[in-house]
Amino acid sequence: MWLKDSSIGRKFVMSISGLALVLFLIFHGCMNLAVVFSEDAYNMICHLLGANWYALIGTIGLAFLVLVHFCYAIYLTIQNRAARGNDRYAVTGKKEGVDWASENMLVLGFCVLGFLVLHLYNFWFKMQFAEITGIETGAFDPQNGAAYVKALFTEPVWGQIYCALYLIWLAALWLHLNHGVWSALHTLGWNNLVWMKRIKVIGCIIASLAIAPFAIVVLYYLGMGIAML
Amino acid sequence: MDQYIDIKVRVWRQAGPKAQGHFETYELKHVFQGASFLEMIDILNEQLVAEHKDPVTYDHDCREGICGMCSMYVNGHPHGPDSAITTCQLHMRKFKDGETITVEPWRSRAFPVIKDLMVDRGAYDKIMQAGGFVSVNTGGVPDANAIPIPKPVADEAMDAASCIGCGACAAACKNGSAMLFVAAKVSQLALLPQGKIEAAARAKAMVAKMDELGFGNCTNTGACAAECPKSVSLANIARLNREFLCAKFQD
Repeated sequence: MWLKDSSIGRKFVMSISGLALVLFLIFHGCMNLAVVFSEDAYNMICHLLGANWYALIGTIGLAFLVLVHFCYAIYLTIQNRAARGNDRYAVTGKKEGVDWASENMLVLGFCVLGFLVLHLYNFWFKMQFAEITGIETGAFDPQNGAAYVKALFTEPVWGQIYCALYLIWLAALWLHLNHGVWSALHTLGWNNLVWMKRIKVIGCIIASLAIAPFAIVVLYYLGMGIAML
Repeated sequence: MDQYIDIKVRVWRQAGPKAQGHFETYELKHVFQGASFLEMIDILNEQLVAEHKDPVTYDHDCREGICGMCSMYVNGHPHGPDSAITTCQLHMRKFKDGETITVEPWRSRAFPVIKDLMVDRGAYDKIMQAGGFVSVNTGGVPDANAIPIPKPVADEAMDAASCIGCGACAAACKNGSAMLFVAAKVSQLALLPQGKIEAAARAKAMVAKMDELGFGNCTNTGACAAECPKSVSLANIARLNREFLCAKFQD
C-alpha cells in the first residue's frame, strides 16, 4: 500500500490528517468563542454536541485522526533517524531560512499531546463523557458547561495557573501549525516558485485563525479571574 | 586583505567502510587565506606524508564547482559556511586565525563511508537509472525550433537541471532525505514536453528507488535548499509530490 510504503504516501497521510485536525480546531475554536458573548448560546452548543450520535461519530473520527497522525509521526521519526546512518554529525550549523519549529515538529507534537491529555480530563471527561455514561463527576451539571468553564478558569490561583498552562499549550500548537499548514499544502503539491511565499503567509494566517478563538477565551477568563482576586 | 593564519583541523578518520571512525586534530601553521579549502587539505596531506602518516582521503575532481565530487561537511554545513558554492569553491578567508575547523563526511545510511571523508554516492546513480532519463529513438537530429517551449518553463527546467548530484541535500537534511535531488531530477524532465510523456512512470520509479535505498522522509524543513550549492528551489519538491500523487491516483 503506497500510503504506508512510499515516503510521499506517508507525507500525504500526515498532511491530510493534519489538515483535517486543523479544520476541527477552527470549528472547536468558533464554538468556544460563543461563551464570551453568551453563556446560553454556549450551553446550547454544548447540548448539540453532547451525547448525540453525530457528535459521538465525530469524536471517534477525531480520535482516529489523532492516532494516525501520532503513529505516523513516530514511524517517520524512527525511519528518519535510521537514515542518518551509524554516526551522527559532531557539529550541526544553523541553516539559514530553516525555522526552529520545522525541525522540532515531534517535540512540539508531544507538547500538544501532553496538554491534550490534561484538556481531555478537564473538559471532555467531565462534559461529553459524563453525559454519555451518566456518571457523577461531581463537578457540575453536564447541561451547564459555561458555568463549569468559568469556575475552572476563574478560581483563584488555580484558575490562573490553568490559564497560563493553556496559553503555553496554544503557543506550542501555533508553532506546530505555523510549519504544519504550509507544509501540508506543499506536500499535496499546491506550491510553486510564485506561491512559495504566499503559501507560507496563508499557513501563518490559518494557524493564527485556528489558535486565536481559544486564546481569546482563555484571556477573557484570565482577565475575569484577576479582576475577581 | 588575505593573511596567513594558523588553524586546527579536526578531521573524521575512518580506515574503511566497516571500521570505527574517530576525530583526529591536526595543527596547520601559516595557511594563506587565498588558498581554497581543498588546497588547505592538500597542504595538510603533504604535512602528514612528511610525517609518514596516512593522508586524509577525500573526493574531488573539477575544482570549479560543476562536477559535484567534493563533499565535506565543514563546521556543521555541507560545502562549508558559505552559501551556494561547493567545497572546492570555499576559501580559507572564510575562517579566522586560531579557529578549529571540523570536517566530517556526508552522514547518510545510503552514502556509506569508503574512507575518511570519501563516501559512496552510488545511491544517486541508482535513482537516476530507475527513471531519470527520456527514452528516445536516436534518429536524425530534429530542428531546434520543432518543439516550442516557453522561456519561463525552459528557465525553470534549467534551474532544476543545475543540480550536480553532490548529495549535500541528503547530508544537510535532519531526516537524511534525498527529496530535493529526486525532485530536481524529476522536474528538469517533467517541465519539458519531451519528458512529460514518461513523467508519471518516472516519478513513481525514482521515488520507489529512493525509499528502497534507505533515505529518510521529507518534512519540508528547507535545509536542503538552504545548503544546496546550486540553490535548487524547494518548489521542485512540491512538483515531485504533485507528479507522484497524480500518478498514484491515476492507478
